[in-house]
Amino acid sequence: MITKTVANVEAACLGVKDHMTFMLGGFGLSGIPENCIAQLVHLNVQGVTCISNNAGVDNFGLGMLLQKHQIKKMISSYVGENAEFERQMLSGELEVELIPQGTLAQRCRAAQSGIPAFYTPAGYGTEVAEGKEAREFNGKMHIMEHAFKADFAFIKAWKGDTAGNLIFKGTARNFNPNMCGAATITVAEVEELVPAGDLDPNHIHIPGIFVQRIFQGSTYEKRIENLTVRKRA
Amino acid sequence: MALTKEQIAQRIAKEVQDGYYVNLGIGIPTLVANFVRNDINVEFQSENGILGMGPFPFEGEEDPDLINAGKQTITALPGASFFDSATSFAMIRGQHVDLTILGAMEVTQNGDIANWKIPGKMVKGMGGAMDLVASAENIIVAMMHTNKAGASKLLKECSLPLTGVHCVKKVVTNLAVLTIENGSFKLLERAPGVSVEEIQMATEGDLIVEGTIPEMQF
Repeated sequence: MITKTVANVEAACLGVKDHMTFMLGGFGLSGIPENCIAQLVHLNVQGVTCISNNAGVDNFGLGMLLQKHQIKKMISSYVGENAEFERQMLSGELEVELIPQGTLAQRCRAAQSGIPAFYTPAGYGTEVAEGKEAREFNGKMHIMEHAFKADFAFIKAWKGDTAGNLIFKGTARNFNPNMCGAATITVAEVEELVPAGDLDPNHIHIPGIFVQRIFQGSTYEKRIENLTVRKRA
Repeated sequence: MALTKEQIAQRIAKEVQDGYYVNLGIGIPTLVANFVRNDINVEFQSENGILGMGPFPFEGEEDPDLINAGKQTITALPGASFFDSATSFAMIRGQHVDLTILGAMEVTQNGDIANWKIPGKMVKGMGGAMDLVASAENIIVAMMHTNKAGASKLLKECSLPLTGVHCVKKVVTNLAVLTIENGSFKLLERAPGVSVEEIQMATEGDLIVEGTIPEMQF
């Protein structure tokens, strides 16, 4: 049996270097690889490019790397919750490529599945289309977008097994499955790591072939960004 | 009287039909869910990966793994499903979502929309808006007719960076319900007590007014 287990976050992040490109799963703070992000802060890697839908908040998630000026470039779709991000971007300290969310997901999916490029209508006629090939299909204009290239994908799943098979929970799934196998090395951190054979193969969301390293995260804060509740009647 | 944001949402809710899958944007569109008739079956999609989104959870029952695209804690209704982001946008790009309701900073008489960036001032990003407007067959924009300074947001041409071109077909504002047809705004309904002249004054783009314009019904 092929085993993907590594002992801890230190082993999981082995080989991470300055100026690399990372993919990081999560939507807002939901489903972010908390343990790997903490390790990237600890390793103090510099000049990295991060592909992630959001940039965390000022003191959590990718916001922690931003505060230490470790990120050279962000590729995201929405960064509205992070004041430090907006400040670094408007002052020119941080290079930012904002792209449509569906395009972000599909560029991950394309990298995962060996598709070098694809056409999408999203962004046609806007500044997102500048410098890109435009082409008409079925009477509608589309632009060509390329698959991402990344060195590491850091993703978070709910449960995983030693063979690297993954199951996600709720909307913490988001970009995580699309980033698995989309980088040279995919590191999966999970809340619960079980022996191969314990998970029902019918319930696996991502097969272990897309994962190189898996470990159980030591702690999960799972911070809620925008708590909204209703009163009991 | 110009409508409140809740009343704009209430009027838009009348456009939601039985069997619709609906994507609601952040802001006024989110409020639409509160006003949809309860004798029809509708499922709300949130592009971060849920179909069958329910109301906010009761205090103490919130789950950090269960949020909407506005990062608010939510619940899942019976029959709900979760999925990854690529699948979510397959629903959107593949035109499986019946109705998209979103906010805007500016719309034009050609159906162009701007809602993601004010150069040098505000850059939040487009999120899923560019995918939604480029693909959705049925888009309703919920917005205020004018900005805080009183300037029209229904224009001949957008001054802000575009989110999409030739895509908006219907606009519901605090003053009026309008469609976009043949390069013009067409006035369909007035907010109660708001005159056609007031709407004309507040609309910079070309406005077609045909016959008597009725007041909105809720």
